[in-house]
Amino acid sequence: MAKTAHLKLEKLAKAPSGITGLDDVTFGGFPRGRPTLICGGPGCGKSLMGLEFLCRGALQYGEPGVLMTFEETVDDIRKNIASLGFDVDELVRKKLLAIDYVKVDRQEIDENGEYDLEGLFIRLNYAMTQINAKRVMLDTVESLFSGLDNQAVLRAEVRRLFYWLKEKGMTTVITGERGEGNLTRQGLEEYVSDCVILLDHRVYNQTSTRRLRVVKYRGTTHGTNEYPFLIDEDGIAVLPITSASLSHKTSNERVSTGIERLDAMLGGKGFYRGSSVLVTGTAGTGKSTLAAHFAAATCKAGERCLYFAFEESESQIVRNMGTISLDLSGYIKSGQLKFFTARPSLHGLEMHLALMHKRIEEFKPATVVVDPISNFASTAEERDVHMMLIRLVDYLKNKQITSVFTNLTSGAQAKEITDMGISSVMDTWLLLRDIEINGERNRGLYVLKGRGIQHSNQIREFVITPKGLDLRDVYVGAEGVLTGTARLAQEARERGALVVREQETRRKQIELDRKQDALNAKIAAMQAEFEAERERVLRDIQIDQTREKVLDEDRQAMGKKRGEDKSSRSSGKGKR
Amino acid sequence: MNLKKTTKGKDKPKERKAAPTKTTVRAGDAALETGADADGVYRLRLYVAGQTPKSLAAFSNLKKLCEEYLAGRYKIEVIDLVENPQLAAGDQILALPTLVRKLPSPLKRIIGNLSDKEKFLVGMDLKPQP
Repeated sequence: MAKTAHLKLEKLAKAPSGITGLDDVTFGGFPRGRPTLICGGPGCGKSLMGLEFLCRGALQYGEPGVLMTFEETVDDIRKNIASLGFDVDELVRKKLLAIDYVKVDRQEIDENGEYDLEGLFIRLNYAMTQINAKRVMLDTVESLFSGLDNQAVLRAEVRRLFYWLKEKGMTTVITGERGEGNLTRQGLEEYVSDCVILLDHRVYNQTSTRRLRVVKYRGTTHGTNEYPFLIDEDGIAVLPITSASLSHKTSNERVSTGIERLDAMLGGKGFYRGSSVLVTGTAGTGKSTLAAHFAAATCKAGERCLYFAFEESESQIVRNMGTISLDLSGYIKSGQLKFFTARPSLHGLEMHLALMHKRIEEFKPATVVVDPISNFASTAEERDVHMMLIRLVDYLKNKQITSVFTNLTSGAQAKEITDMGISSVMDTWLLLRDIEINGERNRGLYVLKGRGIQHSNQIREFVITPKGLDLRDVYVGAEGVLTGTARLAQEARERGALVVREQETRRKQIELDRKQDALNAKIAAMQAEFEAERERVLRDIQIDQTREKVLDEDRQAMGKKRGEDKSSRSSGKGKR
Repeated sequence: MNLKKTTKGKDKPKERKAAPTKTTVRAGDAALETGADADGVYRLRLYVAGQTPKSLAAFSNLKKLCEEYLAGRYKIEVIDLVENPQLAAGDQILALPTLVRKLPSPLKRIIGNLSDKEKFLVGMDLKPQP
């Protein structure tokens, strides 16, 4: 117990920068009470990073800061900070920020004999005590070296300055211009041994990407990779996006694809939530249409969808989908559907990735559509695109965002090879292909892969009608798959055959009925004959009986006349 | 040696302004800021930080040089930034000691203890560039 407490004390205290993502990369921020060097070439954003560190420190962490600027005037700084969305005058008024512009002009300064930089110390100290500062930024202390001659004194004094700031417990950011073969021109990294951050602004294929790397961070762990970062109206955002783990949660929930029949093909329920879906196909096979249906289905389910379009503008997509009865404008108005359109060549890959992250963080969508990813291949190396997509997919999976990526494959390519070889990171892969038969081109769709889904393995014809998308069964016969008019002809033939069959059946039924009738008639006739016979026989019987009776009566009457006794007659009668 | 907020100047008989001037060292001394330089008086400010050896050397060097080359037409104001740190930014002081020539214009800054006489004279435009 005591030991852990001790260890905790040993742990390096950090001052959060408040800059998005940077504190993740540095695991907490800059070393508290120590100097941090931010270096990089011109225009790499080092001053802006320092400024944001000061402003966020003041506003978010209650640590007032002093900015000592050697290059830009207070007015310039005001504008710079305003571009980050902070109001300098208010910060200064609230004593959260003090700015001191130190002008180092070689023209105005004559050196004569011994001197030191105590004046700088006094000014800094004055500013620090005025606002009870906890943070300091020196931008760029190297200007001193060009303004003054006595390098030996300067080096000693700069070293003393850093010690002094450390002694004062200031969390300090020092910016330094990148030099030849060195991190900084004047070798400031020799003095600042605690934390060094290198910013880079690289141009590749005419697109630029900003990157950040923690070169050194003494006494603590830190991310060692190069991380892309971006500068926009919200300041700097570093994106620690190199996900190495495959530990994202998986969901059993399903989301609809927006096409009933496709849902049916995918085990009757659609995609898994949080899964990644790849839709590949040659030109004009309906990839975007499929993606738009998915987007609409998301909105219909009351969730949000973020649509990154790299080929078409928002209005164009809305118009095009309108022609197949898919109205997206309502969802855009309700804020459920958001488009981000840009040409892939607008930024470098990392920048795109960074922007996508940022927008996803902001919008918090349930589903994301990227249409298409193949366009990136035109701006960067295949391997880089591959890496970027893996990172994007990992990120989306971690966020449990279902994603649909469309990918244009060229006709000459083997269909099951994607440009970027990214199929392995995708959970579900829908393949749209054209089927050329009988002088026409039709669309076919099948599910090439569906991790964890009992999917159909049949090709469906993918029909785009003015009423929307439809999937139809295709005919597989001796001539192969029948689609389009061939399928229609087949359907007609089948319909014809059906009619014939129906007529035949009806005819048979009638014949049967007739036979039944005939039989019934026969039965009736025989019945009648029988009845007649019975009648006759019964009548004969009656006649006989009547005759007997008459004879008996005659006998009795004769007996009476003969006078025979009653008993003998009656007994005689009984004996008979 | 006395470095206590003293400013000394020696009058020349010819000068309109009479007696040896004694300026008090205050922030933004009006006399120094706005004084006309028609009279050819050198208005100098020496910024120091406490009585360090460098400060003392600078002051004594300055005084000596002024006496020698600007006798009677100079005013020196010594500002101790330890006492008045807020004055450092106004004159863009970063190195100490710093001598600021307020007048005659243009404004000049010489940093260091003024041990180099030739450099001082050139810096003060008392001697052409070598």
